Amino acid sequence: MAASPAYGEEKGGSSSLGEPEYGHDPASGGIFSSDYKRHDDLKEMLDSNKDSLKLEAMKRIVAMIARGKNASDLFPAVVKNVACKNIEVKKLVYVYLVRYAEEQQDLALLSISTFQRGLKDPNQLIRASALRVLSSIRVPIIVPIMMLAIKEAASDMSPYVRKTAAHAIPKLYSLDSDQKDQLIEVIEKLLADKTTLVAGSVVMAFEEVCPERIDLIHKNYRKLCNLLIDVEEWGQVVIINMLTRYARTQFLSPNQNESLLEESAEKAFYGSEEEDTKDAKAEAASLAKRKPYVMDPDHRLLLRNTKPLLQSRNAAVVMAVAQLYFHLAPKAEVGVIAKALVRLLRSHSEVQYVVLQNVATMSIKRRGMFEPYLKSFYIRSTDPTQIKILKLEVLTNLANETNISTILREFQTYIRSMDKDFVAATIQAIGRCATNIGKVRDTCLNGLVQLLSNRDELVVAESVVVIKKLLQMQPAQHSEIIKHMAKLTDNIQVPMARASILWLIGEYCEHVPKIAPDVLRKMAKSFTNEEDIVKLQVINLAAKLYLTNSKQSKLLTQYVLNLAKYDQNYDIRDRARFIRQLIVPTEKSGALNKYAKKLFLAQKPAPILESSFKDRDHFQLGSLSHLLNAKAVGYQELPDWPDEAPDPSVRNVEVPEWTKCTSREKRKEKVEKPFYSDSEGESGPTESADSEPESASEESGSSSSSGSSSSGSEEEEEEEEEEEGSGEQSEDKEEEEEKRTKRKEKEGSRKAVPGSADSPSEEEEEEEGVKKAKKKKASQGKKSHTETSSEEASASESSSSGSDSGSEAEAKQRKVPPSSKAGPKEISLLDLDDFTPPPPQPVPSSSIVSTSLVTDLEGLMLTDTSLAPALLSPAFGAVRTYELLHRMAGEGLSVEYCFSRRPFPGDPHMVAVQIQISNNTDAEVKSLRVSEPKPLSGMRIQEFPEIERLAPGDTASVVMGIDFCDSTQAANFQLCTHTRHFYVSIQPPVGELMAPIFMSENEFKKEQEHLAWPGEGKLMGMSEITEKLTLPEKCRSDHTIVQQVTSAANVGRVPCGADNEYRFAAKTVTSGSLVLITLERREGTAAQLTVNSEKMVIGTMLVKDIVQALVQ
Amino acid sequence: MIHSLFLINASGDIFLEKHWKSVVSRSVCDYFFEAQERASEAENVPPVIPTPHHYLLSVYRHKIFFVAVIQSEVPPLFVIEFLHRVVDTFQDYFGSTNVGDQLPTGQLSVVPWRRTGVKYTNNEAYFDVIEEIDAIIDKSGSTITAEIQGVIDACVKLTGMPDLTLSFMNPRLLDDVSFHPCVRFKRWESERILSFIPPDGNFRLLSYHVSAQNLVAIPVYVKHNISFRDNSSLGRFEITVGPKQTMGKTVEGVMVTSQMPKGVLNMTLTPSQGTHIFDPVTKLLSWDVGKINPQKLPSLKGSVSLQAGTSKPDENPTINLQFKIQQLAISGLKVNRLDMYGEKYKPFKGIKYMTKAGKFQVRT
Repeated sequence: MAASPAYGEEKGGSSSLGEPEYGHDPASGGIFSSDYKRHDDLKEMLDSNKDSLKLEAMKRIVAMIARGKNASDLFPAVVKNVACKNIEVKKLVYVYLVRYAEEQQDLALLSISTFQRGLKDPNQLIRASALRVLSSIRVPIIVPIMMLAIKEAASDMSPYVRKTAAHAIPKLYSLDSDQKDQLIEVIEKLLADKTTLVAGSVVMAFEEVCPERIDLIHKNYRKLCNLLIDVEEWGQVVIINMLTRYARTQFLSPNQNESLLEESAEKAFYGSEEEDTKDAKAEAASLAKRKPYVMDPDHRLLLRNTKPLLQSRNAAVVMAVAQLYFHLAPKAEVGVIAKALVRLLRSHSEVQYVVLQNVATMSIKRRGMFEPYLKSFYIRSTDPTQIKILKLEVLTNLANETNISTILREFQTYIRSMDKDFVAATIQAIGRCATNIGKVRDTCLNGLVQLLSNRDELVVAESVVVIKKLLQMQPAQHSEIIKHMAKLTDNIQVPMARASILWLIGEYCEHVPKIAPDVLRKMAKSFTNEEDIVKLQVINLAAKLYLTNSKQSKLLTQYVLNLAKYDQNYDIRDRARFIRQLIVPTEKSGALNKYAKKLFLAQKPAPILESSFKDRDHFQLGSLSHLLNAKAVGYQELPDWPDEAPDPSVRNVEVPEWTKCTSREKRKEKVEKPFYSDSEGESGPTESADSEPESASEESGSSSSSGSSSSGSEEEEEEEEEEEGSGEQSEDKEEEEEKRTKRKEKEGSRKAVPGSADSPSEEEEEEEGVKKAKKKKASQGKKSHTETSSEEASASESSSSGSDSGSEAEAKQRKVPPSSKAGPKEISLLDLDDFTPPPPQPVPSSSIVSTSLVTDLEGLMLTDTSLAPALLSPAFGAVRTYELLHRMAGEGLSVEYCFSRRPFPGDPHMVAVQIQISNNTDAEVKSLRVSEPKPLSGMRIQEFPEIERLAPGDTASVVMGIDFCDSTQAANFQLCTHTRHFYVSIQPPVGELMAPIFMSENEFKKEQEHLAWPGEGKLMGMSEITEKLTLPEKCRSDHTIVQQVTSAANVGRVPCGADNEYRFAAKTVTSGSLVLITLERREGTAAQLTVNSEKMVIGTMLVKDIVQALVQ
Repeated sequence: MIHSLFLINASGDIFLEKHWKSVVSRSVCDYFFEAQERASEAENVPPVIPTPHHYLLSVYRHKIFFVAVIQSEVPPLFVIEFLHRVVDTFQDYFGSTNVGDQLPTGQLSVVPWRRTGVKYTNNEAYFDVIEEIDAIIDKSGSTITAEIQGVIDACVKLTGMPDLTLSFMNPRLLDDVSFHPCVRFKRWESERILSFIPPDGNFRLLSYHVSAQNLVAIPVYVKHNISFRDNSSLGRFEITVGPKQTMGKTVEGVMVTSQMPKGVLNMTLTPSQGTHIFDPVTKLLSWDVGKINPQKLPSLKGSVSLQAGTSKPDENPTINLQFKIQQLAISGLKVNRLDMYGEKYKPFKGIKYMTKAGKFQVRT
């Protein structure tokens, strides 16, 4: 954000100078009138020798400009001072020049030579400001000079000046668009710039001058992705928006296969199963034809590197990332943006306004994404009306069968609001809910009818309009309501409502045969005083009655038509004439007359009430055009995904020198590491540079070392966190900790030996490595805490990579950098990239050293010896616990749960959930039980037996069973004590919805083949999901892979002959569908994960979870 | 991007203008004034107004409209967020004592958010953990929705280029966070530690949201009895405020406000403590309660006089509550430790906790 000084300066010009002036000159009005004497004053001051006088004069003049007063007559006096030595005066003269040079071009030319001199000044700040002014004064005659200055500044050694050059480009372009070609050359040059300072500004120039030249981005794409996190906030927004467009032209849609899946998943929740399978089959045909989709690594790079920016404090950045994910991410990943967007709702109301508009659009396409945040859209009486109405829109979009009752209850309170516009909008919203969700239609209708007796006419009117729309759906059942509404014509005055009632009565006059003619009689009486829309409906009513009940209404109709014939409004006159011809049979009346009844009383389709935000997403979200729902000037269309991906190699860049350099580690730290970015990002470019797999693997290795704990699985992270408190305090404790882990580990291996007596124990080797690493550490003696911990990380690193002997050497090597990193650094001015972050301090990640016996066993289990299922499930290993009720929320009662992975006794279709309840209060808690489970359709909950009493400080452990129906929908229920109820919910990770089964290699192959190449009636490709992934270094040893997979899902290992393949099998708990997992290691770091399962939804989610477990 | 900026005060005067490109006539603001008229209230002026040749994007703060003139497509939040930053900067600048003769020096620093050459004789770093409870409580007193939003505001006056780490006892409480750009994201991701080179002076280090799954402790309750009778020009009004889950701390700075229906002419009320005002024009009742003494609960009782001849109002007023609890972060969040690297001196460190009502609303 080095732009900030520049901004500060300019702001200083307009405000800080204007404001004080305001204060200390009470007669300031005088200055600003055309009091020439005062202006003479100023001229005198400007001519004086004293800088202080000049400064004072300039301050006043700039204040005049800021207040919109004309100060142009001072131009000659001011421009003389452009060469003034005093920098403060100079700055203010610049402010003046930028404002008036356009008006006095000839005089302005006098100042040009000063700027040209400024461009050569040794001080970069002066060079930059000279360029800034030169490019801002808008004097066409100096275009060649500007062009030259920009070209020169683009090669300036100071990144700040280069940034200013980028800023100058759009200014010159708007002055003279003929310069485009030359400017593109400069843009191309600046796009290649490696500093974060320039990136945002040059992309901005690109967007303004040549957004169509997408080819200029190719070579810089990866760099931009990687620099992104370190670019200043405003630059980030511009870059992200541009990259969104870029990605849409270069990559394939990540949802081309999934879109079908996703839809069927949705249906599974709301629709019937049968329908689902039918659809699925139909879709499968088209699905099978397509090639399996593999995401371009560059596409992934963009998604990965923008995601952290969802945590930005800048709402514009968050919105930019959100729209990027919305337009580019696979559907399964879009969900992450919801939380960030909901966060923005806490911001200023203008921000809320924009965010809600975007949420409204998104919530139509991806309702599920915002459902968990339903309550964040509840309306407060203090919200501004425009915010209320937008929130209402979102709430309505989110309404479905499950939450509609809550939403309607909420709407009920809104109806009593004092804000009548809001009440009207609420009634509309109720109408929309009623049309969309059949189940509540009658409830809504009844509620609206009650509103007809509301005292506020606006409320009544709005209700009438909405009721009219609802009644159109099933009029026969509602003649009572129509009668009721007919009575309202006596009182209600709002034209729209009167018109609606009349239309209803006319349309359904057969349901109210007695009342309708009477209403017509009354309306005929008041006809002349009605509004135009009412008059038209009176004519309409008359016509319909004439056709159905001409006996009673013939005269009335004639009368009304006669009145209308002489109405002032031509529409009404026309209508009357037209209708008379149509309905009243005469000799001349044509063939149409016979069909009059059919014409007027045809069945009319019920109106569809839909959101005004529907389909607004064809505009890029977050854009001005989206907000206005109209194309704004300069809007760049978001292109559709291409059918065939363009050549991805265009983004390849020659490998930068540093990768070949021997002191690679060090240089990388220095040159390439941006200020506070993650190392993960850097592995990006090499990841896809397939030509050099070795450097890629090294790269990812080093990256995992600097952020080793980040790559651990969640369990590990949890453990680490617990250890953190003590671990950080003293080294001694850490040492102890390690000893403990080591002991544990030994135990583990000891136990493991019997199971595989003759197979060469991997652990032993592994432990060897650990020992060595530790010895090394010990020999280092007293070192700073920082180093120890990083050292330790590398120690555990080497252990995790198992028998890989090279890792030890690497660990040794890695010892060197910390010393060069630690300590205060010499900070050279301006070279932003030379700044290295302080040494990272990874947390001791001793837990990476396997603690689970099971996984150790699995690491060894390469032969066909199959083990009992109980042994394989990590029931007694590290099981992840989840919080059900936090201590604070539970008022001292804290509840945690975990999936024990044991079969639930009594019902094999239930997942066993072990619940641990601790009483942290100082009173006894009595009769703890589950009550009012509210399972979704099909879901069943077997409650745990009531706990009669739980003494203070005690902990109880119980098991309950839940049949999740093979879906990851949460099970909701209440946890009750003798005094309180707590609403809680358990949401199972997909991996817990299955239980391991055992089969031989042959069985596995057979089943897999059966799934992949099903017989008749089934379609191939339906039950197989494949994903390519890159294994990080720490995840390459056999047992870590097995550990990660089994921790992500409750599956059993299937023996396998090939040593580069891992197989696992399980059956879903409810339906017993087979789930087969194959992980195949390819050469280098590549691997391919295949999941076969009839349950496509589970399969897709499982792939995601396992990939995450392996890659993280 | 932003073409011009106009500042408009409460009485509709354009008192400041700034043009970054060519000069746009201030008559463009007429479109804004039109929209303002339609909106009746300042807060309902649409933040984005299209005009034939320009788009007006505005923010409203401190009773001043900051109206930016845009000529072509730009993300609206880009402009709105920027305008808010401008206001923040103004506030910072004019709020401080040395409104200045000294123009800001355009220094370039290696760490964009920190100036170089910072020197203090007393090196100190203070952190305030402030949590706000947003809640909607229904008529019967049960919670419809409640969330905790927290921030850590820092005042750091440290010499040189200090590098700080701040860790929490229970970082898992933090469900959603957003950072000052100085915070190293990766470090947070992997270790749940805030590691950063701080800007000089006051800044917001972190905003967070406490996991929505946790039920939120509600520290106060409001008992209310507000009734309007038909055919009577008198209504009853009675509210009592009491402490609920306060973790043994005192609730102070309590302030109750409520917007009365239009039909209310006046209110005759007696508070057991504090002062109250009813504005018969805006129909806003506010009661400055002060501290809650659990032994003697504050109450406000009396009668409401309604416009004679009209029927009773349908709508019930909502009650908005403000309060403060010192030395408590209601979520239970605790800072574990703060360490400094990169500099040799020993800084003075301080952490303060506070809980406040955010948008705390009781429906009646």
